[in-house]
This record gives sequence, C-alpha cells and structure tokens, in this order.
Amino acid sequence: MATDMKNKLTIRGLKLWYGDFEALHGIDLDILAGKVTAFIGPSGCGKSTFLRCLNRMNDRIAGCRVEGDVLLEGNDIYAPDVDVVQLRTHIGMVFQKPNPFPKSIYENIAYAPRIHGMVQDGPDMDELVETALRKASIWDEVKDKLQQPGTALSGGQQQRLCIARTIAVQPDVILMDEPCSALDPIATAKIEELMDELKQEYTIVIVTHNMQQAARASDYTAYFYLGDLIEYGETSQIFTAPSNQRTEDYITGRFG
Amino acid sequence: MSDASKSNALRADLRADKRKRRRARADMRFKWYGLTALGLAMLFLVFFFVDIISKGLPAFQQAEILVQVSYSESVKSNYNRAVDKRYRKLISRSWLRTIPMQLEEHPDMIGTTAEQWVLADYRVDQFLKGHEGHKLKKKYQKLVRQLQEEGKVRLAFNSGFFSNGDSKLPENAGILASAVGSVLVLLLTMLFAVPVGVMTAIYLEEFAPDNRFTQLIEVNINNLAAIPSILYGLLGLAIFINFMGVPRSSALAGGLTLALMTLPIIIIATRAALRAVPESIREAAYGLGASSLQTVWHHVLPLAMPGILTGSIIGLAQAMGETAPLLIVGMMAYIPEAPHSILAATTVLPAQVYTWSGESIRAFEERTAAGIMVLLAVLLSLNALAIRLRNRSEQTW
Repeated sequence: MATDMKNKLTIRGLKLWYGDFEALHGIDLDILAGKVTAFIGPSGCGKSTFLRCLNRMNDRIAGCRVEGDVLLEGNDIYAPDVDVVQLRTHIGMVFQKPNPFPKSIYENIAYAPRIHGMVQDGPDMDELVETALRKASIWDEVKDKLQQPGTALSGGQQQRLCIARTIAVQPDVILMDEPCSALDPIATAKIEELMDELKQEYTIVIVTHNMQQAARASDYTAYFYLGDLIEYGETSQIFTAPSNQRTEDYITGRFG
Repeated sequence: MSDASKSNALRADLRADKRKRRRARADMRFKWYGLTALGLAMLFLVFFFVDIISKGLPAFQQAEILVQVSYSESVKSNYNRAVDKRYRKLISRSWLRTIPMQLEEHPDMIGTTAEQWVLADYRVDQFLKGHEGHKLKKKYQKLVRQLQEEGKVRLAFNSGFFSNGDSKLPENAGILASAVGSVLVLLLTMLFAVPVGVMTAIYLEEFAPDNRFTQLIEVNINNLAAIPSILYGLLGLAIFINFMGVPRSSALAGGLTLALMTLPIIIIATRAALRAVPESIREAAYGLGASSLQTVWHHVLPLAMPGILTGSIIGLAQAMGETAPLLIVGMMAYIPEAPHSILAATTVLPAQVYTWSGESIRAFEERTAAGIMVLLAVLLSLNALAIRLRNRSEQTW
C-alpha cells in the first residue's frame, strides 16, 4: 500500500461474543480514508456484525461483548469515556431496508442536525437540507415535494433519502449494511454511482452479498468466513488473483 | 395409457361420488354450525337491547299535573296547603317540599296563585304508563282519568332524570349525582393510571435489561390483568383508605382503586403498541446519533400513540363500567347531590343502577333500565372512539 494513504479506522484483535458464542475471532483490519471498502462473505460469516462494531450499534444487543481495539483516527471508540451517541455522528449508518422516518422529506434530513444543534431552523437549515439532498443525488427528484412524507417515495429514492439523512450530520465514515439488497438494478446502479461520488468526502464501508457490486463499486475488499477475516486487499487483486483458495471458491461461486 | 382413457379417468375423478358428496356436506354443516352460533348470539343481543330499551324508554317521560298552586303565607310552615286537598295525593311530595324554600328565595311570590304543571306522584306516573303494580287507589284512578279528559295530566320529557341526584321517591330520582361521580372517578383514574402505565411500559420495553427480575415483573403484570376486580377493591381499601387515610366513598378512593385495576391493561396495551413500532425506526434514530430518550420521545412514542390511546380508552371504559371494587371502597351509597369535591361521598353510574335495581318500589325498575341505557351509550361511544383511533393507526411505514 502506498504510504500517502491514511488509515481512517484501525481495527486490532477485535473479538465479539453473543452470550457464550464467539462470533468474531480477532479481526485486524485497516480501513483507508476516502476509499470504498466492501465486506463480502457467506451469510452468517460475521461481516454485518463486524460492521456494526464500527459505530457500536451492537451495544444495543443484550449479551453482546466486544474485545479488542477499534481506532477512529487513532482514538479508541471503545474507550470508557467515549460517548456512544456522539460517536455515531462521526460514523453514520445506512441500513439494509430503507427506513425513512414517517415524517416529511425535509424533516427526515433536518432531524439529526437539529438534535445535535448544528444549525438553527430557518434559512440555514433549508440550505443544509438542500446540500444533503444534492450530495445524495436526490434533490432534483424531491425539491418540489419536501413536505411530503419520506415513506411515499420509491424504495431507491427512500434509500438515497436515508443516505442524505446520514450525510446531513457530516460524518467521517458511512457504514452501509447491504444498502441495495431491497432495490431493483436501476436503483442499485444509482446508489453505486453515488458511493463513487461520496468517497471524495467520506470513507465508505459497505457490506454486500452481491459480488458484482463489490467488484464494481469498491476499492478494497475484505472476505469474511465464519467469524474470521480470510483475505483483505485491493478489490482488483481479490477478484482477479485471490491469494487464498477459500476466497477464490467463494468469488467464483463454487460455494457460498 | 392412451389420451382417451386418461381423459376418462380424469372425468371420473372430477365427478361427485359418495365420498366427495359427504365432504361437501361436512363443509356445509360446519358453515351452518357457525351461522347458528352467530344467530344465537345475535338473538341474545337483540333480546337484551329490546328488553332494556322497552323498559327504560318510558323513564324518559314523567307524569305532570296541571293544578292551581296558592303561595300563601301559611304555606311556608305547611307546604301541603299549597294545593287543593283533592289533588294533594296526586302530586309528588318531592315537589311540595321545595315550596317553602322557593318562597324563601323569592319573597315576592308570597300571596300569589298560579296554575302550573307540577311533578306527579310516581303512582300516577306508573298508572298513566299502564304499568301493573302502580298501587294507585281506585278513587284516585278515577280522578286521574277525569283530569286526563280535561287535559290536565300529561307525560312530559323527564328532565329531572338528568338534573337530579338519587332520591327515595322514584319520580324525583335522577342520574346527575352518579354521572358527575363517574366523570370525577374516571378523570382521577386516567390521571393516575395513564402516566404511570405508559411510563412503566416504556421503561420495560425500551430501557429495561432482559433478566430474571424484569421477567418476573412481566409475568406479574400479565397475571394482574386477569385478577377478579373485587380483589382490587380489597387492595384499595387496605392501601388508600386504611393506610393512607383517603375518605371512604370518595371519588379519590374510587379513582385510585380503579387506577390499580386499569394499570395492567394500559401497560400491556402500551407495550404491544411500542413493540409494533418497527426496529428499523429505532436503528435509524440511533444510527443518526439520537440518544435513547430522543429516539423514544421523537420517533417511537408518536408512532405508538394511537395504540396507546386505544388501549387506554378500552382500559378506562372497563373501569367506568366496573362495580365490584367500588362496592368495597364504599361507593354503593345513597348520594342525592352531585359531589362537590374529590373527597366528598360519591357514587358512580353502575353503582347507581345497582342501587335502583334493589329498590322495592316498582317504579324504580324503569329508572334502572334507563340508567343502563345511559351507561351503555357512554361505553359504546368510548369504544367507538377507540376503534376510530385504531383504524387511524393502521398506517404503513
């Protein structure tokens, strides 16, 4: 790897238990700033669980225990004095199923900046909402119906609204948990295009079941299997010349 | 097998034979069992409504007599002198009794006479309505018939039923005191049960860890909802009256006791409403850096609100119709006047109905039925409100 590349997230020896079950067996991974990193692997391999460790969404699950270090630009996000709520303003998340709030499109975007006191309601908020919607390439489609419910949009639009909502908080990292699995190919293409634009400003981590999507949209790919990180590297290398036999088997569809 | 024989075999299989006909008959029978059960239930319901309404409807009319009333000075000390001796027995004592008080308030009336419609004795009322057991003496029957021919007897709208409290004289008995009591008790129940119940449910559903202790609480709440209501009366008596010293028979004692009874219903309904809010909404809020309180307050609670309201209204409607626990805290009382404070002796609609149903005078029977009609009307409107809210809550997200 080139030396000018900066680690956004540094994960060392991350283990995770659900009760007595060890779901992750010590993951070491560097996620580079300004890149799209894809996590692939068969169902139940721990890639979503791992993703949720990165903004501590797993904290909400009873009986879930994490060991190891996750450093955001050198700061341990599991340190005892870290405020989890504040952490999530730096590491935002987009979910599998589009989940806009059952409120207006405007309110969906304005909600988080308001509760974090980023801007006052009024022209500043209008501007922030527009910027977020523009960055998520959905402004042109919704600019005339900002007061309509976000839930009335199509699935793909809803997902872009959710991305806009995440952007509005101005996070450093955007985690995406299979963001296209509920969308049709056209909506998926739009989201992938969007990821390509967004990586100029944000570090993106995406979990996907779609090999082509990982190949198309990501710069780096990590292959997970049964709670272990099997292989990690540049996407072009992983897909053309995987060094691990299991990675190759999975990518070529021989199993998984 | 050739095509022709295949087709023949298919035709034979499709044809209704004995076994298939039996299957069809069983289907039909099953349908009829269901219809019979439904018909039976409808029959009981219709019978109930016809009975109550036919008995209760006459109570909304009350007999009045047109008589000459003289407000002389001597009437102040003996109200019987106000009307001609001939008619005195036909007139309600409850009205005659008020004359000295009226004269006290309006001294300018003294010395005047007036021909006016006054409340008739309940025997006259029952006789006019053709009820058996009216107990009106033969000579008065004749007199009433005569007055009827002269147009001096009438059945007028019974406004007294809505503006009077309980009375030992049936013609004067009304539901005002118990209706006001019901409203007071229900308000107090709502004031205590809804906030406590909703907060408990929010804690259990959104914040509490899942451990032995919370599981124990959960099982107990579910059990409490199924406990015979009279036990809540005993609990209320022990806690509120004996221990806390809340006055017996008061709206406060009744409201608190019913709040105890309503709590589990509200908690269970609220938890169900909270659970119906999709997890994705919570994740969305947490993912944006909302705190637990913000997530619940801004997103979960507004979505659960229609369900919470529906559950609360159904719980309160049940509390409103409840009689047994109120017996124990002394609300089965004779209350002629509407309560003026939450510590004053109070009765409620179902208790009033129960009291009237035990009266020996037959004229109370129609008032009992009329009281039930009022109670049913209130309960049905509460339930209709709950259904409306539930329909409104059937939104998608």
